[in-house]
Amino acid sequence: MNARTTRRALLGTTLSAFATRAMAQGFAGLGTASDGFARPTPGKTFRFPEDHGPHPDYRIEWWYITANLEGPVGTPYGVQWTLFRSALAPSGGDGGWDSRQAWMGHAGLTTPDAHFAAERLGRGGTGQAGVSVEPFEAFIDDWSLAGPTLGEVTMRAAGADFAYDLQLDADGPFVFQGDDGYSVKSAAGQASYYYSQPFYRVSGRLMLPGGEVEVTGRAWLDREWSSQPLSEDQSGWDWFSLHFDSGDKMMGFRLRGAEDFTAATWITADGQTMPFPDGAFAAEPLETSDVAGREVPTRWAVRLPGRGVDITVAAINPDAFMDLGFGYWEGPVTVTGSHGGIGYLEMTGYG
Amino acid sequence: MLIVKDLHKSFDGADGPVAVLRGVDLRLEAGQTMALTGDSGSGKSTLLHLIGGLDHADSGTITLDGSDITALDDAGRAALRRDRIGVVFQQFNLIPSLDVAANIAFQARLAGKHDRDWTDRLATRLGLTDHLKKYPEQLSGGQQQRVAIGRTLAAKPSLVLADEPTGNLDEDSGARVLELMLALVEETGASLLTVTHSQSLAGHMQRQLHLRHGRIDG
Amino acid sequence: MIRAGLTALLSHWVRRPFQLVTLMLGLATATALWSGVQAINAEARASYDQAARTLAGPDRDTLVARDGGAIDQALFVTLRRAGWQVSPLIEGRVPSPAGPLRVIGIDGFTLPSGDLPVTDASEPGDVNMAFLTPPGLLLVAPGTQERLSNADDLPQRQTAEGIPPGVAYADIGIAQTLLGREGQIDRLVVTGPPSLTAPPLDEVAPALARRSAGGGNDIARLTDSFHLNLTAFGLLSFAVGLFIVRGAIGLAFEQRRGVFRTLRALGMPARTLLALLTAELLVLALVAGLIGVALGYLVASLLLPDVAATLRGLYGASVDGTLSLRPVWWLSGLAIATLGTAVAAAGSLWKVAHLPLLAPAQPRAWARASDRAMRLQAVAAVVLLALAALLGVTGGGLVVGFTLLGALLVGAALVLPIILHSVLGFFGRGAAGPLSEWFWADTRQQLPGLSLALMALLLALAANIGVGTMVSSFRTTFTGWLDQRLASELYLTAESEAQAEDLRAWLATRADAVLPIRSSEAQLAGAPGEVFGVADHATYRDNWPLIEADAAVWDRVAAGEAVLVNEQLARREGLWPGATLDLPGWPDAPVAGVYSDYGNPLGQAMVGLDRFDALFPEAPRLRFGLRTDRPEALRTALIDEFGLSGGNVTDQASIKQFSLDVFERTFTVTAALNVLTLSVAALAILTSLLTLATMRQPQLAPVWALGLTRRRLARLELWRALLLAALTFVVAVPVGLVLAWVLLSVINVEAFGWRLPMELFPRDWVWLGVLSLLAAGLASLLPAIKLARTPPNELLKVFAHER
Repeated sequence: MNARTTRRALLGTTLSAFATRAMAQGFAGLGTASDGFARPTPGKTFRFPEDHGPHPDYRIEWWYITANLEGPVGTPYGVQWTLFRSALAPSGGDGGWDSRQAWMGHAGLTTPDAHFAAERLGRGGTGQAGVSVEPFEAFIDDWSLAGPTLGEVTMRAAGADFAYDLQLDADGPFVFQGDDGYSVKSAAGQASYYYSQPFYRVSGRLMLPGGEVEVTGRAWLDREWSSQPLSEDQSGWDWFSLHFDSGDKMMGFRLRGAEDFTAATWITADGQTMPFPDGAFAAEPLETSDVAGREVPTRWAVRLPGRGVDITVAAINPDAFMDLGFGYWEGPVTVTGSHGGIGYLEMTGYG
Repeated sequence: MLIVKDLHKSFDGADGPVAVLRGVDLRLEAGQTMALTGDSGSGKSTLLHLIGGLDHADSGTITLDGSDITALDDAGRAALRRDRIGVVFQQFNLIPSLDVAANIAFQARLAGKHDRDWTDRLATRLGLTDHLKKYPEQLSGGQQQRVAIGRTLAAKPSLVLADEPTGNLDEDSGARVLELMLALVEETGASLLTVTHSQSLAGHMQRQLHLRHGRIDG
Repeated sequence: MIRAGLTALLSHWVRRPFQLVTLMLGLATATALWSGVQAINAEARASYDQAARTLAGPDRDTLVARDGGAIDQALFVTLRRAGWQVSPLIEGRVPSPAGPLRVIGIDGFTLPSGDLPVTDASEPGDVNMAFLTPPGLLLVAPGTQERLSNADDLPQRQTAEGIPPGVAYADIGIAQTLLGREGQIDRLVVTGPPSLTAPPLDEVAPALARRSAGGGNDIARLTDSFHLNLTAFGLLSFAVGLFIVRGAIGLAFEQRRGVFRTLRALGMPARTLLALLTAELLVLALVAGLIGVALGYLVASLLLPDVAATLRGLYGASVDGTLSLRPVWWLSGLAIATLGTAVAAAGSLWKVAHLPLLAPAQPRAWARASDRAMRLQAVAAVVLLALAALLGVTGGGLVVGFTLLGALLVGAALVLPIILHSVLGFFGRGAAGPLSEWFWADTRQQLPGLSLALMALLLALAANIGVGTMVSSFRTTFTGWLDQRLASELYLTAESEAQAEDLRAWLATRADAVLPIRSSEAQLAGAPGEVFGVADHATYRDNWPLIEADAAVWDRVAAGEAVLVNEQLARREGLWPGATLDLPGWPDAPVAGVYSDYGNPLGQAMVGLDRFDALFPEAPRLRFGLRTDRPEALRTALIDEFGLSGGNVTDQASIKQFSLDVFERTFTVTAALNVLTLSVAALAILTSLLTLATMRQPQLAPVWALGLTRRRLARLELWRALLLAALTFVVAVPVGLVLAWVLLSVINVEAFGWRLPMELFPRDWVWLGVLSLLAAGLASLLPAIKLARTPPNELLKVFAHER
């Protein structure tokens, strides 16, 4: 998995530094060298809105939104909007073509029986992609996440055969993952800065081949930046962001490696967070599906005994594979068992 | 007059040189006819070729009308064949690209001794007047041989050599060809040396010599 | 039975190895020339395709500025942000110690991965940074890297796959800097469908025009003429080689008639015999084909560098000077060898199939030509030549052109022995001495045996004269045309319209005339074309190469009453003076004249400058032709005063010199092929003569016996060969000229839309005549020497042996 070459062939293997969350799992040598880049340390004081903007001294960074939506007759939909930033060098130009900042956007739209995905690439410095803070705007090409503030944004993206235009309004606070936003990713201590906004209310419309659909629902933003977030032996991960019917939220992930590493955060309906250390969270595949030629688990047993969570997480559409420059699975899920709810699942490193 | 003295000739064989003529002596007077007989391989054709300037001897002399022809070079021998000797072979005598008339006149014209009246007379005597415009391949064997005889005599050589002149012909036409040849040779006053293994042909000659193992026998 | 039969059949080749060698040599050389030329063509085409593919050429749409100029890179961002999937390209030449290097700037982020070159670097990550950030990295083909080994002023090089020779890929930012064109791009490649929500192009970027995919691999079209010539040459060489094969197969079959008859008499079915012979030929064809393809590879690798240089110079097409082995090429070489053998053997096989069991076994291959065969051949020749004449008059279509070519050449080849027969007969009747009489008669008798070789020589000579005349005519016409078209001493391209205005003002007092050159793309008669605006100036009136014109043509054009069209358009659409043409905004524009426009695949129309302004107000005003008697000084001044780059001010002399250099290199290739084709013909003569030599003894021996020396006979044989070659040459000259006419007036017109005036180059013919005599002389030298040295008893055997 570490050595997986990408289909993007420029210069031998890849414009390797494009960070996707998938890449963060060890794709394309990201786990190896971070000399000269800043490294996350515990005890950081976050400042908003400045920290909503880019941190160019860190190697990778993302603005990552997933939304669970519902149409007029209760049809479930999932939407993903992601902007990745990757610094190709620790220092150097930031303007014009020779900007060291590379940007990549991923957009996904999942219905119960279809899945759409698109990708955009560009570099900073030409005006094709970037993030500004006041007013907040993250964009690449015609895709944007724009608002007066990050708590109140319009989210747009389009591919050749789909598009969405959604209004996101947060009705809760930003919450910090891990140790006050310092999120450890391995037993060896690799870590990132990581905070979320899981309290978005969403309304807007989807444009599908069959026509427009008015939708409402919830969305979850992850903000994360780092320089070397992974241990070299880690090959992929399974990441869950779940909205329970009770109003509580849960983020949990399992990093697969020589030794699995897990972490989770329990977020109460009013925004209180409770981090759980390695081993407290468990996720086991119950069933796999053949997706784009790969065996991917699409039904999981998830447990967080510390909060009495013993649930089954199942994909709404098992075919939600993001068949892009780097392939990974990302799609909406339903939750049953000790807690009911909805959420998003991301899986990398399968096949 | 032809005088051959102590003539030797050998060819390269598979096991080194093979002596074909081993000291031949021979004398043929002007106007005389002679048959040269012998078994296959006795060297009779080789002797004829040497006398005709078609090949050169290893040693010995051949004197024709007082001049030694063994000393001649390639060009000299070619002139000898052209001007003074006529040869009639068993077959393939004729030049296939020329018609009968041109074949008959060829050697005489080449030697600069063309005599139209004589040539016409020869053609008439040989019974070729109806065939003058034909090409050799259109003629029978006997007709071809008559053309060859005509061509030889048209140049009025002092010596006529014939190598099995009737060997390829049936008995009747062979006899007629021989008869014509003897009559016409006599008319021109040339000497005639014929190589043959046919006793009946040899019997028509004034003299006969027998060749055995490269030497005159007896 | 089959095994025994095969042994009997194949023993022939063991007994006559020379015949086998002849057959193989003929087939191998024929295949070699054919496949050599094919290899060159294939290599060139592969290079164009590769260039087209990696440049996102024919299979992707592009967006270009309607005014034909540069595009502001801000427009790229505008388009992207509107949802349009486009990637910027910039292109230009930078000087290098190895000549101009074409630099293509790409954006690896927005170009689809399949369009990107793949490096062989071991540390791709390092390459990424080096490529994207100054001083940058050039990705080049290995050959280019070698040539650039001492280019210290250029960025570092890295080899990569799939890059055309003479081209370097750089990051677009690096390329802009190298070319001195910061902030500019030349075109945008449409890499995919726009976003569902993207507005239409003319709302986002009205200044851009979308050029659809497949809109023309211009290079391929331009170079087609060159490749067509090469192909024609290859085909002719192959035909010449086939004559050798036909001769060898015919002889081998004739000599084995006895064997065939015996085998049939012993009970082998005709079908089995045919199958065995076919199998034998197939094996021979494949072996010879393999040798031929290998030889062809050699020929191609020797010629390719010159061809590459020509194509690079003439059309700017990049072709690598090295050859790669393509399986398709091997296969086609073998196929053509097999096909050729089949064609050459068809007659012989047919004869075997119809062999009467009791026919005489005597080989008749070299018998006196029968009147009946001659008559048949004459009829066939007349029919073919009549067909050629008919097609020449009626014309129409490329296929007809090539049919005409084939009928002409085959007809001429068939008629050659008849002409020679008559001529030799005529000389024979006038011959004085017995020897000369024999010489003519005998020469005439040799004709059937030599006619195949002589036909081969005729084809080779005719091809040489024909193609040579065409190429030379093209050179003369082209250079003359260059003089006319490049009448201005300097050509100037401004960087912006503002600068153009400044330049005009500045030049007003310094140049004798400033002639605006303005153009716009437009649909002409339903196909993409160009419209040019032309100033009313003596330069055009005096020089422009009009091939047909009405009275007062320039006055009418200047007044905006009529247009000129180029020859291609005129021929394609029948638009001669008096016809009308629809221009955008000017329906039924009268055509007042037609001008020649070589090397341009597009239709073109010229309009008076004022009318042009009215029709195409948005067309850029950037280019000028300058008349001056001090071009050097003016050029220097322009560069100094306006900071123009050397590429923006081009002088006429260097363009012409460049074009002429290119032609000289083209001729290297043509000359090499000429010599090769002639060599094949000489080989045909040599093999025929050697084969004949043993059969000739019964014909020569009587003459020798009657008083000719062998040397004299050998000399006559030599003269005979020279005489036949000379006579063949005399016949070849008119055939070659007709061939040239067909190429210039039929094939070129059909294929490229222009007719080249034919020029005659008698001095070339003299040279070719000498060459053909030399070839025949050399070919007959060996048999002659052999004859001069034949031992007398060898000749005497003729008279003693039953043959």
